[in-house]
Amino acid sequence: MPDSRFKILTSASTSGPGDAGRTGSWRVERPIIDLSRCTPAKTGKSSCHLCWLYCPDNVVSKTIEPTIDLEYCKGCGICAEECPVKAIEMVSEEEFVKGTEDE
Amino acid sequence: MSEKLIDSGNNAAAMAVQLAAAEVIAAYPITPQTPLTEKLSEVIAAGKMDAEYVAVESEHSALAVCIGAASAGVRAFTATSSNGLLYMSEQLHWAAGSRLPLVMCVVNRGIGAPWSVWNDHQDAMSQRDTGWIQIFAKDHQEIVDMTLKAFRLAELVHIPVMVNYDGYYLSHTYMPFELPEAKAVQEFLPPYDYTHTLDPEKPESLNTVTLPDSRNDIKGIKRPGYMDIRHNLHQEMRQAMELWEEIDADYAQRFGRGGTPILDPYRCEDADFVVVAMGSIANQFHVVVDRLREEEGLKVGVLALQIYRPFPTAKIAAALQNAKGVMVYEKGLSYGNQGALYADLKSALYPYANRPHLHNFIVGLGGRDIPTEDLFQTLKTACLSGDQNAPEQADTPQWIGLQL
Repeated sequence: MPDSRFKILTSASTSGPGDAGRTGSWRVERPIIDLSRCTPAKTGKSSCHLCWLYCPDNVVSKTIEPTIDLEYCKGCGICAEECPVKAIEMVSEEEFVKGTEDE
Repeated sequence: MSEKLIDSGNNAAAMAVQLAAAEVIAAYPITPQTPLTEKLSEVIAAGKMDAEYVAVESEHSALAVCIGAASAGVRAFTATSSNGLLYMSEQLHWAAGSRLPLVMCVVNRGIGAPWSVWNDHQDAMSQRDTGWIQIFAKDHQEIVDMTLKAFRLAELVHIPVMVNYDGYYLSHTYMPFELPEAKAVQEFLPPYDYTHTLDPEKPESLNTVTLPDSRNDIKGIKRPGYMDIRHNLHQEMRQAMELWEEIDADYAQRFGRGGTPILDPYRCEDADFVVVAMGSIANQFHVVVDRLREEEGLKVGVLALQIYRPFPTAKIAAALQNAKGVMVYEKGLSYGNQGALYADLKSALYPYANRPHLHNFIVGLGGRDIPTEDLFQTLKTACLSGDQNAPEQADTPQWIGLQL
């Protein structure tokens, strides 16, 4: 047991959205979920959720229709890689912004 | 009952680690440390020690295993020498920055290139600024006592401790020493109770990118920034000195040995001239001091530095400020400058009005023999020369025993 006179400062944190700052600004690719393929959205059951499990920033919700908090999603693409039914596509932010401008 | 034994320094260290009940030992063999880890693997294989011996492919991995074990709340130990210590260097910083209570024996040896297996202190000195506490033993008894005290210190301050002892001079020679009784050691060093361990139920990210500024985490708890963590390591390493003295006092009460955990003086009370040295050479100086007093009438003493980091700035300055001359003999140097211990000592003495004149000697690198006669002659000359040398000349280290 450490002596009470010592504070022993270390770097430890609980992971969660925003733990590393507003990381959404780092993103060059945006994950887009195709709900017609997504297992919980399709079945209406709380199942799969591998995107939620693997997200290193905890920005995917564990809901029937999973949502991604783009304020903190840094676009790493792990969710798209892990999705067993390939329901998540990584789209270039540049393309995405152009697409919305055209509309 | 404590036991009186005659054995090697490496075996003395192994017995102390066994008594300390380390639970994980991960080490890679390197001369002159090898017999220490061989002995530990032997007692574990024979079922005489309840610990996990993790055979690793390198020193970097050895310390990484210990870091993992300590993070999970387990008492861990490793040992190395020379280039093995250098190979660990990145993990040394990691262990200190993570504030893990590890203990490591460093059996001091010269570093390559060129290869040397013989003794000096360059390995330990090269890792001086890694955030580890560094202590130096002078004999086998101190190897035993310091190793046991090191575990207690590490676990109270959560800073890793390096117990240094000289390769061959101590590691392979046989000396008498007393081994404390296991039950008494258990009382002195209770099982490791680490309150902050890795726990799958409470997942955490440890030592991820830590921002320059402190910040509130997602729970609103204020988390330190990088600089705050480093400042705290420095402050608490300085504070550890006081705790080291307390631990020594407790140890002395239980086992009857101690009282000089920081500086160990020999005939210093009335000394005009004081030798400062670390490790076994400090003991070699006892006969030199005796002879200089008897044959030359010079009032000389020797002050062994037992703890190098944290550096006992105020204590060493207080012990030396009234001396006429101080001679630092060391087995390592900062290339292109001076002996590291000499520079530290000079810095400690600077604020005082009465400063002794200082001499710096580099000795015994890569196991170059250190004849006691050479110590006698150089010390005598230094005592008689006073401070007649020009400052820059006095400040230039003198190498003893050069052959070319």
